[in-house]
Amino acid sequence: MTIPNTVPITDELIAAHGLKPDEYQRILDLIGREPTFTELGIFSAMWNEHCSYKSSKKWLKTLPTTGPRVIQGPGENAGVVDIGDGDCVVFKMESHNHPSYIEPYQGAATGVGGILRDVFTMGARPIAAMNALRFGSPDHPKTRHLVSGVVAGVGGYGNSFGVPTVGGEVEFDPRYNGNCLVNAFAAGIAKTDAIFLSEAKGVGLPVVYLGAKTGRDGVGGATMASAEFDESIEEKRPTVQVGDPFTEKCLLEACLELMQTGAVIAIQDMGAAGLTCSAVEMGAKGDLGIELNLDHVPVREERMSAYEMMLSESQERMLMVLEPSKEEAAKAIFVKWGLDFAIVGKTTDDLRFRILHQGEEVANLPIKDLGDEAPEYDREWREIGGLSEISHADVDEPADYGLSLLDLLASPNNSSRRWVWEQYDTLIQGNSLQIPGGDAGVVRVDGHATKALAFSSDVTPRYVEANPYEGGKQAVAECWRNLTAVGAEPLAATDNLNFGNPERPEIMGQLVMAIQGIGEACRALDFPIVSGNVSLYNETNGEAILPTPTIGGVGLIPDWAHMARIGGARQGDAVILIGGDGSHLGQSAWMRDCLGRSEGAPPPVDLMVERRNGDFVRSAIRNDLVTSCHDISSGGLAATLAEMAMASDLGMKIDLSASHGPAHALLFGEDQARYVLTVPADMAAYVAASAEGAGVPFRLLGSMEGDSLKVAGLMTVAVSALRTAHESWFPSFMDSPAALAAE
Amino acid sequence: MKAAVILLPGLNRDRDMIAALTKISGRAPQTVWQTETAIDDDIDLIVIPGGFSYGDYLRCGAIAARMPVMRAVKEKAEQGTRVIGVCNGFQILLEAGLLPGALMRNASLKFVCREVKLEVANASTAFTSGYTKGQIIRCPVAHHDGNYFADPDTLADIEASGQVAFRYTADTNPNGSMNNIAGIVNKSGNVLGMMPHPENLIEPAHGGTDGRALFEAALGLVDA
Repeated sequence: MTIPNTVPITDELIAAHGLKPDEYQRILDLIGREPTFTELGIFSAMWNEHCSYKSSKKWLKTLPTTGPRVIQGPGENAGVVDIGDGDCVVFKMESHNHPSYIEPYQGAATGVGGILRDVFTMGARPIAAMNALRFGSPDHPKTRHLVSGVVAGVGGYGNSFGVPTVGGEVEFDPRYNGNCLVNAFAAGIAKTDAIFLSEAKGVGLPVVYLGAKTGRDGVGGATMASAEFDESIEEKRPTVQVGDPFTEKCLLEACLELMQTGAVIAIQDMGAAGLTCSAVEMGAKGDLGIELNLDHVPVREERMSAYEMMLSESQERMLMVLEPSKEEAAKAIFVKWGLDFAIVGKTTDDLRFRILHQGEEVANLPIKDLGDEAPEYDREWREIGGLSEISHADVDEPADYGLSLLDLLASPNNSSRRWVWEQYDTLIQGNSLQIPGGDAGVVRVDGHATKALAFSSDVTPRYVEANPYEGGKQAVAECWRNLTAVGAEPLAATDNLNFGNPERPEIMGQLVMAIQGIGEACRALDFPIVSGNVSLYNETNGEAILPTPTIGGVGLIPDWAHMARIGGARQGDAVILIGGDGSHLGQSAWMRDCLGRSEGAPPPVDLMVERRNGDFVRSAIRNDLVTSCHDISSGGLAATLAEMAMASDLGMKIDLSASHGPAHALLFGEDQARYVLTVPADMAAYVAASAEGAGVPFRLLGSMEGDSLKVAGLMTVAVSALRTAHESWFPSFMDSPAALAAE
Repeated sequence: MKAAVILLPGLNRDRDMIAALTKISGRAPQTVWQTETAIDDDIDLIVIPGGFSYGDYLRCGAIAARMPVMRAVKEKAEQGTRVIGVCNGFQILLEAGLLPGALMRNASLKFVCREVKLEVANASTAFTSGYTKGQIIRCPVAHHDGNYFADPDTLADIEASGQVAFRYTADTNPNGSMNNIAGIVNKSGNVLGMMPHPENLIEPAHGGTDGRALFEAALGLVDA
């Protein structure tokens, strides 16, 4: 069988599709002939790193993905976890890094759109979103432009679609100068008996195209996102899609209505590699062939080629296999919402992926092989880490602890992110119990009297850089801890692994070791990974980003009347440290941001201690012993106390004289598995006795009083001064005249 | 009293509004889709919720104001039925000519979601009688285009006739609106438009209940 080729397949064309010579040879071996131009595009779409996970698959398989509550692990549009009473939470995190650097507003907006679609494709109504954003150095000329565009894009899409953004991260580091990171998380709620999957069933059934029309935007986007950047980056702008949140909102409502009618046999959203990836996935999973006639695809531009239609990443589109008897009812719903509904093909029993266009067959490929036979690499990797711990004696104490704390709070990475999250609708849907600014976002489960879900997104890239294994563990542990700090039981997580070029053994080493650390922590904490995404080749001119395996976690609060917040402490409450004294200064935020030193090993994570301390804190919260709670992470005890004082708008009187070690390590050390609780004064002895009984280290630090954070012999800083320092950096950075001039 | 909520594609605080009305009145409001040409006679309160009707890709509320259902809303409003438009609903009422003035882009040029303080400027309307004049209440805002503007004559007129229902306190004005205007009523006092979202502050889970009195008054659940 041959199909005439209108476009000659040259070595340059193959390379431009991101296919290596041996990968092209594999294609020739598989199909026994030269592919057509359209087929080459299809292979490039299916076999790029972004869609095939060819470098990471071997290692991703080692992650724990099951558990008593897990209904659906990785491999579908999103993970699904049982939350009881017939409800489940559906969630995933996905990167949109490359497009956001090229076109920040649309790149970020379509990242949000894509992840929301992943969630509602499964039959869930989205109830919460988060965004983990990482940018270059604040003084890099592109940074403000990217921050401004990405934040506006995230808000522009999520606010209009109507999902509350309840958490996230924003960090700056020169290592992101050439590649920003936009990791978008979404979660929705569905009924456990009404989850929709992508596996096609039944031969000869109609394949239906739903949603927005197909244009030329985003052609080759997934291939672009699987390569490094260089000076030609500006030319890649046309590979970025354009988002339309209005259409997506209509698509959500139409899909949820449609799913109620029994018309949907299988459904898949068109994300990366659009029509190609969605059709192949539905067919291959169901052991069926798919035949598409592109003449029926709704298009918004004239004279689109088959190649362009198959590779377009136009947004707000879905593909489904329809129960034929429900066609009229299904169509009526889409007409009502002003969306396209077109039968574009059918399922077949020959396991071929056939594409017809203007009466000609332009592709005819073995559908299973497109996915199953994608190259899989066991790339060379090198062990990383082994930095030795730094000794306290090698780090000078600050001349003035109060000034040093103010410096820390006013630094780019430790200041308040209010400027960012006030541009996101955090309250829509009326169920937000905790919005950004605390340990985790918390949202009520609609229709349930007491239940709520908690969400947190975490990773400390500087730790991962210094020791990928410990850093991977820490990302999971911190996420688990943040969920615990509001009183939630951590259920499961999604991972978004952002790294550089995996063809370099040191980068592959970061990836492998981070995954090993994540797996270790997830197993120890019963916190399985149920969905995820890998973004590699985050490099520009050979410089890679900091290794950034973002963990997005979900926790369950059975009764939100018994949860904790970062604020809410009352005058006279006792302040109690849970966990040991601070001792570990290596890779601390204080050393990096106040002393300009990024040195030493990151804090080790003892997962048994993490679990024991966390379980104690959660039970204290659920027993209503706690008036406020906050974990200790970047910035150490000092930052935690300051943030709690600001959130409660109350001073603290702290005495560290019983603690062991030098004051700078006590205040700024980032030892893991620690929390600060406030409890009513008359409950302090009881909480201490309970901690002792549970074998949990604790220390009574002092009490809530006055209007200053006082640490005996070390500092007295007014809460108002803390707040001014903490709140000023971001707005003044973004609103400076230089920023306006740059835009 | 019986309430109806207008539904248009792109509105997204409809579920919040329906939940609030249901929780406060004890029964679910009727919903009316954009293509309906009449609203039932027994409806006493019509609510247009917030969101981004038609994506707000044209001027906010401009397309929605021209949909068939808005003619029915206008007719009912002229007959004296109470009408509330919140956020995008306020923008739609302005575009439909049921209220005077316009809403421009926020002075910051950014979307803003935060809690503000509102001063009840007129407590003798059908919507504000559950408050006292000068009372300061909490209320969240979430919008990109809430910067109220009117020409000097119109502004003087609505001020003189007590049409300003709510003002932001000067230190919490989130959008630069003239005279800190957050919500206004029409001359007859039966149509209210406001940018803040009282429906998001009606129960303890919201962190407060300051928005509740507005709906209680509008639904006739308090003595005026």
